[in-house]
Amino acid sequence: MSPALETRALCKSFGALTVAAQIDFTLETGARHALIGPNGAGKTTFVNMLMGGLAPTSGSIMLGGDEVTRQSQRQRVKRGLGRTFQINTLFRSLTVVDNVALAVAERHGVAWGMFRPAGGYRAVLDESMQVLEMLGLAADAKLPLAAMPYGKQRLVEIAIALGMRPKVLLLDEPAAGIPSLESHRILEVLDALPAEIAILIIEHDMELVFRFARRITVLAQGAVLMEGSPAEVSSDARVRQVYLGERRE
Amino acid sequence: MSTPSAASHTGSYLSDPRVRFIEWLPWVLAIACYFAAPTYLPLGSYILIMILFALSLDLILGYAGIITLGHAAYFGFGAYVAAILAVRGTADPLIGIVVAGAAAGLLGWLTGLVILRTRGLTLLMLTLAITSICYEIANKAGTWTGGADGLGGFAMKPILGLFKFDLFGKTGYLYCLVFLFLGWWLVRRMIYSPFGASLTGMRDNVLRMHAVGSPVYQRLVVVYSISAALAGIAGALLVHTTEFVGLKVLSFDLSGELLVMLILGGVGRIYGAFVGPLVYLIAQDSLAKQFPEYWYFGIGLMLVLVVMFARGGILGLLDKLLSRMRRGKP
Amino acid sequence: MEGFVSSLVSVAFHGIAYGMILYVISVGLSITMGLMGFVNLAHGVFAMAGGYIMLSAMNSYDVPFPLAISLAFVAVAVASVVLERLLYARLYSAGDLEQVLLTIGLMFMAVAVARLAYGTLQQPVNLPTYLKGQFALFDRDFPTYRVFLIAFSSLLVAALWFGVERTRWGAKVRAAVDNRAMAQAVGINTSLLFTVTFALGSGLAALGGALGADIIAIQPIYPFENLINFLIVVAVGGMGSLRGPFAAALLIGISDTACKYWLPQFGAFFIYAATIGILLWRPAGLFGKAAP
Repeated sequence: MSPALETRALCKSFGALTVAAQIDFTLETGARHALIGPNGAGKTTFVNMLMGGLAPTSGSIMLGGDEVTRQSQRQRVKRGLGRTFQINTLFRSLTVVDNVALAVAERHGVAWGMFRPAGGYRAVLDESMQVLEMLGLAADAKLPLAAMPYGKQRLVEIAIALGMRPKVLLLDEPAAGIPSLESHRILEVLDALPAEIAILIIEHDMELVFRFARRITVLAQGAVLMEGSPAEVSSDARVRQVYLGERRE
Repeated sequence: MSTPSAASHTGSYLSDPRVRFIEWLPWVLAIACYFAAPTYLPLGSYILIMILFALSLDLILGYAGIITLGHAAYFGFGAYVAAILAVRGTADPLIGIVVAGAAAGLLGWLTGLVILRTRGLTLLMLTLAITSICYEIANKAGTWTGGADGLGGFAMKPILGLFKFDLFGKTGYLYCLVFLFLGWWLVRRMIYSPFGASLTGMRDNVLRMHAVGSPVYQRLVVVYSISAALAGIAGALLVHTTEFVGLKVLSFDLSGELLVMLILGGVGRIYGAFVGPLVYLIAQDSLAKQFPEYWYFGIGLMLVLVVMFARGGILGLLDKLLSRMRRGKP
Repeated sequence: MEGFVSSLVSVAFHGIAYGMILYVISVGLSITMGLMGFVNLAHGVFAMAGGYIMLSAMNSYDVPFPLAISLAFVAVAVASVVLERLLYARLYSAGDLEQVLLTIGLMFMAVAVARLAYGTLQQPVNLPTYLKGQFALFDRDFPTYRVFLIAFSSLLVAALWFGVERTRWGAKVRAAVDNRAMAQAVGINTSLLFTVTFALGSGLAALGGALGADIIAIQPIYPFENLINFLIVVAVGGMGSLRGPFAAALLIGISDTACKYWLPQFGAFFIYAATIGILLWRPAGLFGKAAP
C-alpha cells in the first residue's frame, strides 16, 4: 500500500539560497511522525510546499500514491490533506462550534446552499459537536471564540482540521504559545486522535515530541540529517551537535 | 470585529433564523409613513432606495469583507440601463427592473471575475477604476446617456398596467417598498444560510477558508454579482420614481456617501443598512439645505469619531447600551 | 510631418511636467503605505493644503515665491505630524476598512473647510514674473514655468533618492518597509521613523501641490478629483518603492496628456483601462513586491 504522504528529492531554492535540498520523506498511514530541527532548518518551507502554498523548485509530492506536486491547496485538501497553523488562524467573530462547522460544511458540500437556514443542517452541527467532544471542548461550543483562552483556541485549531476528516494531518507547532505546564492537554488530545490518520507534527517542545512520535525526522539547513525512532534520534551524535552544540569535556 | 450578540445577524449554525418580532418594526413604520406623512413620500422613496443600495453593499462589505469604493458603478449602471430602456425600448417598469438587475448583475459578475483575484489596495484601486471608467463612458457617450445633462423626459408606464406613477410619489413609494422587502428577504435568507456562514468565514480569516478547502474566489464572485444586481435594481427604482438619471449615480461621491450611511448604521448586521440611510438622509434633509458646508464637515467629523470610538455604528452603540442595562439589573 | 513631431514634443514635454508633479505628490503616499501599511486616501489633502497656503501667501500677503513654497512645505509637514500622532497612529494595527473610513472622513472635513475659507472656484495662479513667459530650448519655445517645474522636481527627486539610498534614515526606512517586525527587533525606533517619514511625505505632497497649481487646479474638491490619479501612481508603480511610482507617474502624465490631446472624446478612459490591465497582470504594481 502506498504511503499516505511522500516526497521525493524535494528541492526549493530562492536564487542562490537553498532552503530545501533533496528531501526524501515518507509518512505511512496511521503514522505518528515528528519533524524537528533548529530554527531556519526549513521546516516551515517544507510544510508550505506540502500544503501547496509554495511551489517546489524540483522533486515531487505524492498523496496516497497520487502525484500532487502541481495541484492547488484546495485540490490537496479534497484529497484529505489537513493542517493547523502555528499561530491561531481562526474565525474570531464566530462561536467555537461554528468554527468547526465551517470546515464540516465544506466537506459535506453544503456550503453553497443559500436558502435553507444553516441551523437546519443537523448533520453538520452534530458532527461538529462530536469533534468538539473528542477534544473536550463540548461545553464551550456556544461561546464566542474570542472569549476562549489561548490554550483552548489552540485546541479549536486542531478541531477545525479534524472537521475535515483528513487522511493526513500536518500540525504546525501545536504547543506553540502554551506554557509547558499545560502542554499535557495537547498531548492527551494528540494521543486520542483517530489511529488511521497519518500525523506529522512540527514541534520544538522536545518532551511532546518524544512522548508522541514513533518516528522522528531531523531537518538541518534544508536537508534531512537523519530519521529514526525517538531512541535512535536522541542518542545520535550529529543531532546532539546540531541542537545542543558540542559538549565541553 | 465585535462579538455577535443575539441582535446581530451572523450566519451561524446555531442561530435561529425565524424573523423576530422587532424585525417587523421597519415595515410597520414604513407603512405608517405612507399614511401619516404623504408629503414626504418622495424623500421616503429615496430613503427606501438607499436602504436597498446599502443592503447590497453590506452583503459584500459587512459579510464578505470586500472593501470597495466603487459600488456606485452597479447602481449607476442599473440606473442608466433602466433609463435608456425606458427611452428607447419599453417604459414598462417591471421589465425595466428585471433588465436593469440582470445587466448590473452581469457587470458585477464580469468585473468580479477580474478584480476578486486581488486584495487590499489593489482591489480598492480596481473598484475605483471601474467606477471611473463607467463615469467616463456615461459622460462621453452623450447620444445614449445624455452626457453631463443626464437623461430625462420619459414617462413610466403604469405597473402591471394598473398602478400609475402619480405626482405625489404614492405609487413610487409602495413600488420601492415592495422591492426593498423582496431584497431584504433575499439577503436575510442568504445571511442565515451555510453560504452566509462561509461569507463570514472569508471575512474573518480567508487563509483558514483556503485551508479547509473552500472555493473562496468563486464564492466571492457569486456574492459580488448578487450584490451588484441588487444595487442595479436600486438604481432602476430611482430612475422609475424620478424619471431622470444623471452622472451623480456613477460618482465616487455616491459610493462615499453610501459607505458613510452604512457605517453610521452599523456594518455586518442587516439593519445597519436600514438605520444608517434613514438617520443620514433625514438629517441631511433638515440640516444640509441651510448649511451645506457645515453638513459636509459634520459628516466627515462623524465618520472620524465613529471609526475612532464607535466602530459598530448606531446599532453597535445600542448593543452596548442594552448590554450595560442588562448587567445593571440584579 | 513637422507638425506631428512638434505636437509629439509638446505632448511629451507637458506630459513629463504633469508626471513629475504627480510623482512629487504621490511618492509620499507610496512610502507611507509601504512603510506603515496605512491606506491614506486623504493624501491629496496635503497637496491641496500646500497649494492653498502658497497661493494665499502670494496673492494676499505678497510673499515671494520661494518663501511661499517653503512655507507650504513646512506648514503642512508640521500639521501632518499632529494628525499622525493624534489619529493615524492609533489605527496602524486596525483593519483596512477603518483606515479607509478615517481618511475619507478627513477628506470630507478638509473639503468643507476649503469651501468655507476659499469658496468653490479655482484659485488664480499668479506666477512670479521671472518664471513667466517662454524659455528657448533646442530651437523651440517652452513655457518657462513648466521648464522650471521639470528641473526643480528632478532636483527634489534626486535629493529624495539620494536620501533614501545613502543616508542612515533611508536605510532604516528601507529596512522597515521590508520587514517591520525585524526592524523593530533590531532596535529601530519605528514610531519616530513613521512620524518623520510621514511628515516628509506630506511636505513633499504640499510642495507638489503648490508647484503644480498651474497644472492641477487648486479647488476644494481637489482631494476627491485627484485621488484616483495618486492611487494609480502608487498602485501601478508599486507600493513602498521609489522608482516604480516614478515610472508610473511619467507614464500616466504622458499618456493622459496624449489622450486628452489626440482623443479627447475618450477622456481618461484609456488610463483607467490600462490601470486595470496592469494591475491584473501585476497586482503588486510594476515594481512592487508580491504579497507574502
